Amino acid sequence: MSSLLKTLVSKPWLSGQDVVGAPADVQAFALPREKVGLRLFFAVATSLFLLFIVSYRMRMYYDDWVPLIEPGLLWFNTGVLVLASVFMQLAKGSAQRRTTWFVLGGLAAISFVGLQLLVWEQLAAAGHFVSSNPASSFFYLITAVHGLHMLGGIVAWGRTLLLAGSAAEQDRYRMYVDLCAVYWHYLLLVWAVLFYLLLTT
Amino acid sequence: MAYADQDSGHHAGPDAFIWKYVFSQDHKVIAIQYGCTAIAVGLLALVLSWLMRMQIGFPGSLEFVDPTVYYQAVTMHGMIMVIYLLTALFLGGFGNYLIPLMCGARDMVFPFLNMLSYWFYLVSVIILMASYFVPGGPTGAGWTLYPPQSILQGTPGHDWGIVMMLVSLAVFIIAFTMGGLNYVTTILQARCKGMTLMRMPLTIWSIFTATVLGLLAFPALFVSAVMLLFDRLLGTSFFMPYIVHMGQAMETGGGSPVLFQHLFWFFGHPEVYIVALPAFGLVSDILSTHARKNIFGYRMMVWAILAIGGISFIVWAHHMYVSGMNLYLGFFFATTTLIIAIPTAIKVYNWTLTLWHGNIHLNTPMLFAIGFISTFLIGGLTGLFLGNVAVDIPLSDTYFVVAHFHMVMAIAPIMVVFAAIYHWYPKITGRMYNETLGKWHFWVTFVGTYLIYFPMHYLGFEGMPRRYYAYEGYEFISDSAQNLNEFISVVAITVGVLQVLFLINMVMSMKIGRKAPANPWNATTLEWQTPETPPAHGNWGDRLPVVYRWAYEYSVPGAATDFVPQNQPDDSQPAASTDHGGGGPAGGSPADGGPADRSPDNPHGVSA
Repeated sequence: MSSLLKTLVSKPWLSGQDVVGAPADVQAFALPREKVGLRLFFAVATSLFLLFIVSYRMRMYYDDWVPLIEPGLLWFNTGVLVLASVFMQLAKGSAQRRTTWFVLGGLAAISFVGLQLLVWEQLAAAGHFVSSNPASSFFYLITAVHGLHMLGGIVAWGRTLLLAGSAAEQDRYRMYVDLCAVYWHYLLLVWAVLFYLLLTT
Repeated sequence: MAYADQDSGHHAGPDAFIWKYVFSQDHKVIAIQYGCTAIAVGLLALVLSWLMRMQIGFPGSLEFVDPTVYYQAVTMHGMIMVIYLLTALFLGGFGNYLIPLMCGARDMVFPFLNMLSYWFYLVSVIILMASYFVPGGPTGAGWTLYPPQSILQGTPGHDWGIVMMLVSLAVFIIAFTMGGLNYVTTILQARCKGMTLMRMPLTIWSIFTATVLGLLAFPALFVSAVMLLFDRLLGTSFFMPYIVHMGQAMETGGGSPVLFQHLFWFFGHPEVYIVALPAFGLVSDILSTHARKNIFGYRMMVWAILAIGGISFIVWAHHMYVSGMNLYLGFFFATTTLIIAIPTAIKVYNWTLTLWHGNIHLNTPMLFAIGFISTFLIGGLTGLFLGNVAVDIPLSDTYFVVAHFHMVMAIAPIMVVFAAIYHWYPKITGRMYNETLGKWHFWVTFVGTYLIYFPMHYLGFEGMPRRYYAYEGYEFISDSAQNLNEFISVVAITVGVLQVLFLINMVMSMKIGRKAPANPWNATTLEWQTPETPPAHGNWGDRLPVVYRWAYEYSVPGAATDFVPQNQPDDSQPAASTDHGGGGPAGGSPADGGPADRSPDNPHGVSA
């Protein structure tokens, strides 16, 4: 923060105040650009989910809101997502078994998406459809948006996996594994917030 | 190290036509693709405005303009101009072209994503245009798309048109996000050696801030669009209240139309600045260059950009004073609206003070830039009227509002669009535009816009409501209002048609324009110092530039020339031209037909 303030009060018209440095010196963050890009994407996705949450909170105070049942399967799904995140973290930290953990992390994520669909089926079987009540509308909508983000991650996971066997691409592979791990953690965090919202309302 | 900041090596681009010009990953080609698409779709929106003006000025003169066609024209004109023209042109067009060049990078950091961004944008435009060919035609709900009316029978395009519009917006937002991540990451991470944040031209600061606003605000439009789609297609009631429609109670109900309005304007007001901020930045650089003076109060300008960006997120409900929200909230939003006028006013003062005692060159870009200050000032001042609840309520939904937002958000940014196109045309095409045609274009546009929009303020005060198909039989509207409407329509259509001067100039100059020197305006920023004009793939030849100074060293006392390029070391003569036979102070003013002489009497090589 202080360096940002220092930057913003510098006087570029006075010579000698800004010393020419290496390219790294003018980079705002000491991170590869892919990591910076992903964090920016998190800002966008956070804005998106926050706005859904705000809309949910505003809409739930209207008379027609009937709280939705919470299928027990959601707890199991949450556990699977936690497991996916753990596997990804292990992949990030392990040199020998990176690919093994990485594959497991991806498979767990795929399972999570499938299991969420199963929750939809259970709700539909219990008579809770998309348009039955605003609470169920929001449930389907929010889980769909979260699931689509997960699917996007799974596509990235698949593309990363293609690099696993190439000796020349190991640096890139390692970085992409890192990116996937961070993305998985982010989606776990988002799900934790959404799940809390669904449980408590 | 990725391509964007690779310092050395050969940087030949792809040879095949399809990879070089169609599916190109070169930021300059993508910028031109964005620009051409945006201008093409903008021209269509211009024609739609003629249909509206014909109906208002000469009711019934065009038989095919029935209420349905009229409302569809109103809606499509607004949405196209705000989103598909201005947002796309400023960020996708100018952002793409200028960010890598002004930052000293070879390209955007994620070129593939950048290419995808354009193609998603094109798809969104195609979907929008396709809505003219679906049953019922495009939506006529007004650009704000307020439910419940936007999806109820009786509104044009309530069946498929609204669906096409919402899907198109969702695709546009995905396109913007891909582009936006590129712009911000490139500015943060791929600046060349020496280009510290406070040495960046204000163009870059403003595009950066506008992109951040877009990345955070467009999700609100996405959320509202998706929820409205659900209401329309799946029978949910996010926004749909209990309604008796066509004599029957609807199955849906209980929702909140005001929730949609909050979401829409949480996007909608930052959107004003997503358009205005890039205009602020571009005009700052144009004014400084053509006044041969450093921008007045650079740091204050940067802070003002950041302040406007921040405050723009807490003013949205001033669009909703008459929507039934809590009146005390109105007080809060009126206050924030007045507060945001402070940094905005600082910018206007600083532009004016930049001109003060400057060596002003009244060429076409400069005329348009000064035209911007004038139109933005007028539009901004009427914004102060409308920001106050007590004044806004009687003026709401009148032509005063139409006049206000056209002056501040349509004409002012379009002035900058023209200024910027003329200013950077020599770099983009390698040819000079025709100055005489350019000046004619300016005077027609500038005088014309005042003739169109000044009378609208009066009509608004008289209470003439906006968005009405016909105005006969309203006692509070005087007969003379119709005369004024006829006058406005004639001028609007004339000024619209005369934009052909611009198109002719752009197209013909590409063929027969004088060959442009690398730096015809004797500008300091990096894009004018490229080894080739137009810049080749990779922008910088063998070596990336190194920056030694800020972007506004004009008329520095004691300097050999009246400008010092950013990449010129302290103890040398302008280097770029000798390095590459290209950039640097080689050029002259275009007005005299060629690079100006350099002599002891005219050391800057600048023509009067």
